[in-house]
Amino acid sequence: MDWKVFLRSIAVVTEKNMRIYYFKGPVVVFGLLFPLIMFFTFFIGRNLDIVLFFPGFLGMMLFFTASSVGPLITPWEKREKTYERLVSLPVILESIIIGDLMAGAIFGVGITAIVFAVSAVLLRLPLAHIGLLALSLVLGSITFAALGTLLASPTTDNPSNIMMLSSLVRLPLIFVSGIFIPLSQLAGWEWILTSLSPLTYLVDLFHASLNGDAVYPPWLDALVLVLVILVFVLCAKVIQRRNLVKGI
Amino acid sequence: MDAIVADNLSKSFGPVTAVDDVSITIPEGGIFGFLGPNGAGKTTTIRMITGVLIPDAGSVRVLGTDVDKDPLAAKLKMGVIPENGTVYSDLTAEQNILITAKFFGMDRASRERRAGEILDRLGLTERRNDIVRTFSKGMRQRISIACAIVHSPKVLILDEPTTGLDVYSRRLVIDTVRHMNEQGSTVLLTTHNIEEANALCTTISIINKGKIVATGSPEKLKKAFDTSRYVEVSFDQPVGHGLFSGPGITRAEQWGDKWRVYTDDPDRAVKHLASVAERDRLTIVSIATSNPTLEEAFVRLTGGV
Repeated sequence: MDWKVFLRSIAVVTEKNMRIYYFKGPVVVFGLLFPLIMFFTFFIGRNLDIVLFFPGFLGMMLFFTASSVGPLITPWEKREKTYERLVSLPVILESIIIGDLMAGAIFGVGITAIVFAVSAVLLRLPLAHIGLLALSLVLGSITFAALGTLLASPTTDNPSNIMMLSSLVRLPLIFVSGIFIPLSQLAGWEWILTSLSPLTYLVDLFHASLNGDAVYPPWLDALVLVLVILVFVLCAKVIQRRNLVKGI
Repeated sequence: MDAIVADNLSKSFGPVTAVDDVSITIPEGGIFGFLGPNGAGKTTTIRMITGVLIPDAGSVRVLGTDVDKDPLAAKLKMGVIPENGTVYSDLTAEQNILITAKFFGMDRASRERRAGEILDRLGLTERRNDIVRTFSKGMRQRISIACAIVHSPKVLILDEPTTGLDVYSRRLVIDTVRHMNEQGSTVLLTTHNIEEANALCTTISIINKGKIVATGSPEKLKKAFDTSRYVEVSFDQPVGHGLFSGPGITRAEQWGDKWRVYTDDPDRAVKHLASVAERDRLTIVSIATSNPTLEEAFVRLTGGV
């Protein structure tokens, strides 16, 4: 395989996605408004320690923003009949999957970094380890952009079907991820359930980055996220290849 | 080297066999037409050739590169217009062409120069900065063609490129296909428009029920059905069926105020008609011979009426 052509195809797919999909209604609603509304719903009017809960909010913000672009792209392109043209261009399935993932990840990192920067100044948030924060943002955005791409993989040309599936998967993950209840306060089945959500490990990484305390060692959180990325991407590839065999 | 070699392609969707052991070889330089009725397997074959659909069996090579083993290299040699394949309606005409050119690794100056040339050729220069969403179907198809030819592909593949277009857009598309062929592109196009295939193609394959039933030049295919030639004649007064029994005449049919006399030897048939007209004191109002048509070949090969 010509790696130069492959990398170029990823870059152009990413650029195309950024130009077309960042301002689509579902991305704005599910990627920006939804996490903000959830934040206000759970935090405003309660006497909560913002420093303690900010890592959870940051995780939720990154989770929603990074996973909001991917589910839209493929179903939208199938509906608009542009998907077949894209596949006939010099791309392979991996170029499309990684390009979709990159568009979601860049959106997630961009929006979440801005939200963090503004919040850090206004709320005078602590920052224990800036390098770890950057790594957390990158790993988290790729993880949840990969989830978005996986959610887009089932055969459909109706974006609203995928957005519904996406909400069905994402909302439960939010509630079992230690955002609202610190991991250190969980035990038994609650702890087991929480361990199943990849968001748990991102929030734990944010705790380590901002407050300097975390339940798991940062390397373990990072390792889990990397494994989750691999699983999501491989599953997306298997499903999308099956679609190509079936005739898209 | 052959431009496209498809060996034993097969594809089924559940119990339906869409393409059944199809092999085609398209030499460089010509315009190859893939003709068949709806549902014959044209689009499925094209999708396998362009790497959009994975075949159940068989292989495809484009200018020597296997589409399955090295899809990136194979696709770099192709320009494709999929059936109903449209362009990004949220981008402008020019943005669509420029982003497609990026996939082929064209540098910025080449992209912009080529986009300008193509927009001019396709009569869209004034609309270059308009969002495609506002375009008519014909204009969208022209942008689709522009995207397919931006990198001057060695192999241009078009699936039903003129279906549903107005006369002006259709003519532009056909002119562009001819121009690309003159510039060195081998063209593979599917159509169910027989006249279009007859006018454009150097070689035609007729596909029916997933199988290739005939391949040859349009003239060769017509000659294979030479017995379908006829003489059309009308007289100044009504005549009976019995007038047309003569040497070489296979049958006669009444078409309005005319008679269509089918024959394998039009020259003898005309002489016979002239002699019976003189004998029965009839005046021939009009008489014309018809060459065999590709439509006749197509209808017979595909089992039509």
